[in-house]
Amino acid sequence: MKKTVFFGALTVAALVAGVASAATLDDVKARGSLNCGVTTGLVGFAAPDANGVWEGFDVGICRAVAAAIFGDPTAVEFVPTTGQTRFTALASGEIDLLARNTTWTFSRDTDLKFEFVGVNYYDGQGFMVPKDLGVSSAKDLDGATVCIQTGTTTELNLADFFRTNNISYEPVPIETNAEAQQQYLSGACDVYTTDASGLAATRATFEAPNDHTLLPEIISKEPLGPLVRHGDSEWGDIARWTLNALVSAEELGVTSSNIAELAAAPTNNPEVNRLLGTEGQLGSMIGLDANWAANAIAAGGNYGELFEKNIGESTPIGLARGLNAMWTEGGLIYSPPFR
Amino acid sequence: MSTLTDPPKPAFRLSQLIYDTRYRSITIQLVALLLMVLGIGWLVNNTVQNLAALGKDFNFGFLDNSAGYDINQRLIDYNSQMSHGRAAMVGILNTLLVAFLGCVTATVIGVIAGVLRLSKNWVVSRLMAVYVEGFRNVPLLLWIILIFSIMSESMPQPKDFRGAEPAASMIFSDHVAVTNRGIWIPRLGFTNSLSGNEAVASVEGLPAVATGGADWALIGVTLLISIIAIGFVRTRASQLQEATGNRPTTWYLQLGLLVIPFVIVALFLGMTVVTPFLKGFNFTEGTHLRNSLIALWIALSLYTGAFIAEIVRAGILAVSKGQSEAAFALGMRPNRTMNLVILPQAMRVIVPPLISQYLNLAKNSSLAIAVGYMDVRATLGGITINQTGRELEGMLLLGGFYLLLSLLISSVMNYFNNRTQLRER
Ligand SMILES: N[C@@H](CCC(=O)N[C@@H](CS)C(=O)NCC(=O)O)C(=O)O
Repeated sequence: MKKTVFFGALTVAALVAGVASAATLDDVKARGSLNCGVTTGLVGFAAPDANGVWEGFDVGICRAVAAAIFGDPTAVEFVPTTGQTRFTALASGEIDLLARNTTWTFSRDTDLKFEFVGVNYYDGQGFMVPKDLGVSSAKDLDGATVCIQTGTTTELNLADFFRTNNISYEPVPIETNAEAQQQYLSGACDVYTTDASGLAATRATFEAPNDHTLLPEIISKEPLGPLVRHGDSEWGDIARWTLNALVSAEELGVTSSNIAELAAAPTNNPEVNRLLGTEGQLGSMIGLDANWAANAIAAGGNYGELFEKNIGESTPIGLARGLNAMWTEGGLIYSPPFR
Repeated sequence: MSTLTDPPKPAFRLSQLIYDTRYRSITIQLVALLLMVLGIGWLVNNTVQNLAALGKDFNFGFLDNSAGYDINQRLIDYNSQMSHGRAAMVGILNTLLVAFLGCVTATVIGVIAGVLRLSKNWVVSRLMAVYVEGFRNVPLLLWIILIFSIMSESMPQPKDFRGAEPAASMIFSDHVAVTNRGIWIPRLGFTNSLSGNEAVASVEGLPAVATGGADWALIGVTLLISIIAIGFVRTRASQLQEATGNRPTTWYLQLGLLVIPFVIVALFLGMTVVTPFLKGFNFTEGTHLRNSLIALWIALSLYTGAFIAEIVRAGILAVSKGQSEAAFALGMRPNRTMNLVILPQAMRVIVPPLISQYLNLAKNSSLAIAVGYMDVRATLGGITINQTGRELEGMLLLGGFYLLLSLLISSVMNYFNNRTQLRER
């Protein structure tokens, strides 16, 4: 008798536990908003503005996915994560999508059981030093004190770089970019190292950005992209193809200003029509409305617009497209066809 | 003759399980046990299910994989090629270091502040009250961050020490450098180090000075033997005192036993003081006390010291006034009264809550996260978990470590407590 009660209770427990792993899209729809993991604050990529509204390049991805699902780019709950907390947050289901300058690596993809849905910024690790330090190469940094965010790939690259070049350094482990900035500016470290884009974004917020310079060495490949948990490929598809839609939109000349017009009626470009849902059934294939991609693009513009508005050359961050130009312009940004 | 018949045994009814006091307690215990087993079963089941949903297994193999990250403060040999297990060990030692340093200074501060708070001098006792209330009532985290910020924001940079007219200079006749990256203090080095010839002069022209574990082990053993010998001398003196009533003067013997072997060993190893000096971006040589260690150590000591001060004060006040009056009546001087009459009795009251304070301090040391001190939370519970995705295993190990540490501290202190307990005759 006692045994049956026990096993009965166990099955109930199993059912309760099982609920947590239902389809992510259903969870998100039921909740009415997307939980998106972002940085604790890196201007240009993800930071709240003066009114507390999150904005930035990575935020743009979150908003596009929310718009694809709900038709509403504001249906996002932003969850600030540090380098160390982001993966636990994603694995535990606290967030549905992580868009936080996160490098696609083998072990994160396989061992940590995540699915990178693409690359939204091709980056590499750089070093920033004050100009008056008089250093012109990272190889001159023997014995320097280096500020480094913990729980990042940059931390591992740094160890490799100094070891293979047979020079020593003193790492100062730091939790967030804001702390790193404060330590660096007070001179508690000689060098700050992280993704070059992050360095540019950080330097743009300095009072005297011109007193600081990036060293010529880029010591790693850092393909940054959004990611989801393993095990729910349908959800991964939604995130992947939302990113692809933004990229295709740039390639096809669909922008936030002409999208209303293009999406209203079929044009004579069939790929634009399929993308914007005026032709074909692409939306229903991933369980979304026909105008999912149109909504995603309308949220903040296409890939190029997001780039220019948040981190491009007209912003204080001033990043050139470089590797992140369209493939048609010699860059690496490329989307598979919408067909 | 009438026969005695047993009264008929009433049949056992189910309601007796609740209403019969003979059975009720058993029923309650069984139900509680069942609920607990169910609760644990649910947790385990939930974990297993979720791990399966994530496609993760449960194993500790990651501890053997190469860690890949560097750690700035290492008490044992470590580099980024060594394993996660080794990195965890480095973190554990860092935790133990700050916990040990914290406990020692907190006790010293606490005892002094506790005794002084009872002082008849109004200014002194008020000052101590301000200290105790100030530190007890502000969260520890704030103190840690405050000290860290003061260190990194307002101390001079190493490069300020350079040049013909430097903006900053070393203190204690050029022996100690206080910078915004921490404090460099002189260290002890050995020109005849046992660890061999690996020592290289850090600057041309200076002799090579190394420090190896073997050197310190030799010194440790020497001191241990000295202390045991001193113990002998003291017991002997006490025996003589019991027998004859006169305690022989032995302080010079004790001092000699402590100092002479140490000096011989030090000369043999060629012990010298190595002062830090500026080289490249930073000071080198000497011992580097990083900002993170300093902030954590000082804040933990002052914070816990404030609680210990109250415990000490309570302990002393708990000894009835009659005791000191009796001691005075016997002609004892105040400090002997304190040492021989009051404190030994106060200890009975002081030690048990003191254990809790030590436990608190050891666990509070994980606030290291605020200043990037590389304790076990930062290595095993931070970077390792992050790089390997082994949250469950890492957190279990981390929890296990703190549990073990706490149990260890309690058992040592309980042993001490048993020895200070009043032995009634
Ligand atoms: N790409 C690296 C580093 C990512 C990273 O931590 N980047 C920094 C600076 S580029 C950041 O986003 N900091 C924001 C924060 O502290 O929240 C990784 O994935 O491990």
